[in-house]
Order: sequence, then C-alpha cells, then structure tokens
Amino acid sequence: MSKDSLFSKKNIKLLSDPLNDNNPITVQVLGICSALAITVQLKPAIVMAISVMAVLAVANVLISLMRNLIPSRIRIIVQLVVIAALVILVDQVLKAFVYDVSKELSVFVGLIITNCIIMGRLEAFGMANGPWESFLDGIGNSFGYAWILIVVAFFRELLGSGTLYGYPVLENLGLYELGYENNGMMILPPMALITVGVIIWIQRMKNEKLIESK
Amino acid sequence: MDVNKNSYTFGFAAIMVIIVAALLSVAYIQLKPFQDRNVELEKKQNILSSVGINVERENAEAIYSTYIKRELVLNNKGEEVEGIAFDIDLGKEIKKDVNVQLLPLFISEVDGTTRYIIPLRGKGLWGPIWGFISLEGDLSSVYGAVFDHKGETPGLGAEINTPMFQEPFAGKTIFEGEEFTSIAVVKGGVTEGDMHKVDGISGGTITSVGVSDMLSERLTMYLPYFIKMKPVFEVDSVFSAMDSVTTVNDSIIN
Repeated sequence: MSKDSLFSKKNIKLLSDPLNDNNPITVQVLGICSALAITVQLKPAIVMAISVMAVLAVANVLISLMRNLIPSRIRIIVQLVVIAALVILVDQVLKAFVYDVSKELSVFVGLIITNCIIMGRLEAFGMANGPWESFLDGIGNSFGYAWILIVVAFFRELLGSGTLYGYPVLENLGLYELGYENNGMMILPPMALITVGVIIWIQRMKNEKLIESK
Repeated sequence: MDVNKNSYTFGFAAIMVIIVAALLSVAYIQLKPFQDRNVELEKKQNILSSVGINVERENAEAIYSTYIKRELVLNNKGEEVEGIAFDIDLGKEIKKDVNVQLLPLFISEVDGTTRYIIPLRGKGLWGPIWGFISLEGDLSSVYGAVFDHKGETPGLGAEINTPMFQEPFAGKTIFEGEEFTSIAVVKGGVTEGDMHKVDGISGGTITSVGVSDMLSERLTMYLPYFIKMKPVFEVDSVFSAMDSVTTVNDSIIN
C-alpha cells in the first residue's frame, strides 16, 4: 500500500488528469472507433459510457491485484481475457435482468472488449500500480471518455435528428415551420470524426499545456 | 518464484482459462431461464403490438391468451399441418427448403375483428431482423407492423423498431387488385397515395432493403393460403377470386 491517504493530491490527479490534460480521446486519440459508432444519439452514448466505466474500473483493479503474478510474455493475453470475461458477464446479466437496456446497447456491449482505452489503461497503469490507484485511474479515464462521447452525441443528435435523448426539441421550437431541415450528414460517421476534431481544436486553443513548443 | 519461466507461463494460462471458462459457463446456465423468459414475453408483446395492443412485458402473457384466438402451422401449399406455431423458430425454418418449411400464422380477435398476423424474418446489415405484420380480414390491407433487429446500427438501421418507421405500414395493401405486390421500403420519399411503398431510413439503406426483401419473401410463402381463404371473404365475387388464383400463381412463377 502507498503511504498516501486515499484522496491525496496525487490520487485526485489520477481522476482529474484524464478529463482534460491527458484525455483518452482528444489527447491520446484512443477509443475513437466507438466514439464514431455510438454517438448518433445521446442515449446509447450514455449507456455505453456507464458500461465502459464499470468494465474499466473492475478490470484495472483485477489486473492490478494480479500484477506480480502475470508472466510478462502473455500479459496482453491475460488482460484481454479479463476484459472479455467481464464484458460477457455484464452482457449476460443485462440480458437476464434489464433486457431493455441490453437491447439498447445491442452489439456495442461486445465491442467494449476492443476499446483501446481499456487495454491501454491496464497495460500502462494497472500493471504498475496498486488496486486503489488503479480504480481511480479507471474511473478518471472513463469519465474522460464519457464527456467527449456525450458532447459529440449531443451535437450529432441535435443537428442530425433534431432530437435530444429522443425528445423532439427542434420540432417543439417550431424551427421546421421556418424552413429548417436536419443535416443528414451529422448522422454519418465522418461527422463524428469532424466533431471530435473540433473539440480537439478548442481544447488546444484553451489548454496551454497541450501546445507544442517550437 | 520466477514468473517468466515457461512452465509457470503455461500453468498460469491453463489455470486462468479454466477459471474463466467455469465462471462464464455457470453464469450462462444460471441466467439462461431468465433470458429465455424475456425473449418469450417479448415475442408475445410484439405479436400483440402488431394488432395495436401495447402492453408491458410483464402483462404480455395474460393479455396474449385473451386476444390471440388461434395459432396455425401451414405448409407452402396453404394447408394446415401439425405443430405449435409459437414454438417455431423462424431463424431455423427459413434456412430449410421452401417445400418443407413450416409457416406459423396467428389469428387475433380484437373487439370482434379478426386479423391475421404473419411472423417475418430476414437479413439486416449486421444480423437478423424480424417482425410481425398483421393483415385485415381481406388479407390485403395492413393493419400494423412491428420490426426488430439483433444488432443494426443505433440511430440508423436500428430505427426500424421505432413507430416513425412502423406506422406508415398501416393502411398499405399487399395486393394491387388481384396481383401480389408486397410493400417496398424505398429511398427518397413516397408519393402520396402509393399503397405499396413506405419511406426508408436515411443512412440505413441496407436495413431498409432487408425489410423490403423480408416482406416480399415471407408474404409470398403465404400466398397459397391467402388464395384459399379469399373465397371465404368474397363469396359474392367467386369469379374474380378464381381470376386471382391464376394471376397470383403467375406472379409466383415470374
């Protein structure tokens, strides 16, 4: 165990760093595939963010507990087995007890296995740090992933379908009567990439730590 | 202990795999009955919603037996055969030769009106899609349709299970006069008054085409039964019914 208290400055940094300075999507550019696929609407994006959080936090702790036992030559396989087992377990439990949520997520539960952020954190953090730090790191990174996902989904759903969380916002505002039309481009994957690009642009404009020295 | 020895590596991998396999198997076996129950109730819920009765999943069981009066199993000649319609797995059935396929048909009676519910099954972009379409007593006008899917893209193909996509099916007809036309899901707007087309989904073209194909393939299988049943409804126009037999047969051959 480390000598630090549970919420020492260093530990808090594990939570806050991935939100901005070391964001998994906008700075490390990991997990882009799922950011493109499920950000057409807010609802799947939010449920996906919660699922990733559960899997990442638990997997990071498990790997951290086993870190001194794992043979280094098969460590990636071990990480993958832990993630896959957790994801299948989550999927089966969802199907049995919250069938509607499971339907909502459909294939994307399975795709959590391939989310690079999870393996990246296990390899970079869980393998080298204690369980509590790993837990915080897992939660921090999934929040970093979640807020980007939700911001992208917000704009794509609003501009692409004119709804938010399924609620017809623009229709109720009466915009369509003024001749406004939804932008069909927004629901196609390329616009997710462009939206993420815009977020990265704004972030680098504001955050001086990210500006590369000449 | 040297964790990098070959023997340790093999041992670690073997034990890990056994533990994970055991864990997942136990979880699967323990959860299977709950999952099967969900699927069964959902099927009942879907059948009911195709005839306009929307119920919570928990109540589907009781309400199903109130409204669904008959369940038939047909062959492709339109004859009734032995079997339990509800238990037929269409996913397996459509892979069989058309001559041995079993065709389930559900007949509902809501407020004295009889409607025919035909289960559908076809291919979407990522996996199977399915649904139920209910026909009025004339076996041509659609009363309602529901669709669902295993893994179509959320926001795109997955929209086939929303009312926005399903509602336009109501009131369409699958016959033009005596000729079988099915209902096509089309891109780019349907002209008003077109009885055989509905709007597709932007960005979900392959799923939309899948729905079209599924409707025409499945409904074609029931044509012999429709033809057999038609004279019952059109007693006063026996001649036109006989005409329809030839036309529809022609359309199958073509």
